[in-house]
Amino acid sequence: MSKYLLNKFLFTVDRDPELVERYREDPRGTVEWWEADMANRILNCHSGEASTWLRFEEVERTALSTHDYPKLFELGAHPFLTLTLFIAMFERDHDGLGFQLEYARRLSHLTLPYPDIAT
Amino acid sequence: MAELVAVIASTHHPFYYRASTATGEDRPPFADEWVRKVEAFRETLTRARPDVLVMVGSDHFHQLWLDNMPQFLVGKAPFYDANWYNEEREFGLPRMVMRGEEELSSYILRNGLDAGFDLAFSNELRIDHSITCPIITLRPQNDLPIVPIYTNIFAPPLPQPKRFVQLGQTIRELVESWPSDQRVAVIGTGHLSLELGGPRQFGPHGPDPEFDRKAVEWISSGDIEGCCADVTLDSLHLPGNATHGFMDFMLMMGVAGEGRKADYVDTYDLFHTMEAYFTWYPGGGQEVR
Repeated sequence: MSKYLLNKFLFTVDRDPELVERYREDPRGTVEWWEADMANRILNCHSGEASTWLRFEEVERTALSTHDYPKLFELGAHPFLTLTLFIAMFERDHDGLGFQLEYARRLSHLTLPYPDIAT
Repeated sequence: MAELVAVIASTHHPFYYRASTATGEDRPPFADEWVRKVEAFRETLTRARPDVLVMVGSDHFHQLWLDNMPQFLVGKAPFYDANWYNEEREFGLPRMVMRGEEELSSYILRNGLDAGFDLAFSNELRIDHSITCPIITLRPQNDLPIVPIYTNIFAPPLPQPKRFVQLGQTIRELVESWPSDQRVAVIGTGHLSLELGGPRQFGPHGPDPEFDRKAVEWISSGDIEGCCADVTLDSLHLPGNATHGFMDFMLMMGVAGEGRKADYVDTYDLFHTMEAYFTWYPGGGQEVR
């Protein structure tokens, strides 16, 4: 499990307006590019330093590549990061709180305790 | 010594700014009453005539990230830029700049460390809506210097609830021992029951009205003992998956003191989460009706 890396993807895409659009339009290509070029960047280093060991598991890669936010919840991705990014991508396709309510409905099969989000 | 002139605990609802400034068809039906309540709450700070604001909040994965996550952090900088691209995008929040009160930041850091809190610090902190929302609601002229204090209610493992209470008690001791003639208000924001990114989000009320009722009773009566007996890191999952933000209210109960009834209490039942506003006047003499 690489919950940290799932969160890192959601975090870095959410804060970049161009990446938000790119991930909306081409999720599979964005995830492939990000895992190859961005996953190992150490965000708090000023330049050039990288880790060597971070990669997604197949189930995580697939969930991100298919915009499968219920699956991301089940995998323990941080719900705030997932919600914020998916609102940025898809709220525009619905009226009012339509997307937020659909989001809740698609998670309605889940009961407490929810998956652990500790990283 | 400095004087603690007000202790204020509030929810921080990022939609207030947009709702309160919307006009015509865009203005939601609950906006007018919300503005009325916020303006009455604002008056409780204004009448305390503060010179400095200590602002307790929690970064929502803006500057603080999982590769280097502090549990409790004090800002020490001459200025704080505020609000982030994704908060402009989702909530319509404006970019802001606040002045910092570095002398009090230094005092809290040095003496907090010596009192047993291994506080992290930041000399370049861009703050988010957990601190700008109460500026917008309580001090929209944004004319006072601040000391921002961030707590981790967001990225487990989290500190225990009692640690938030203890930090609040320590903040009070530090403010009251600060060698200064300034009038200080401590303002902290958190949540009642709240669900984000889960099946109970964005309902017609908060996800757990019964928890909200108990929480308002604990806070307004200063019942720290009862609250700590009932609230654990595990139990806070039950009312909603983002309810750990309630621990910032517990911190503010620590600032106000055990058994100290709030001088002002108001709530507003909105969709998604309940608003709650509390003010204490430690020195008394500020009758609020």
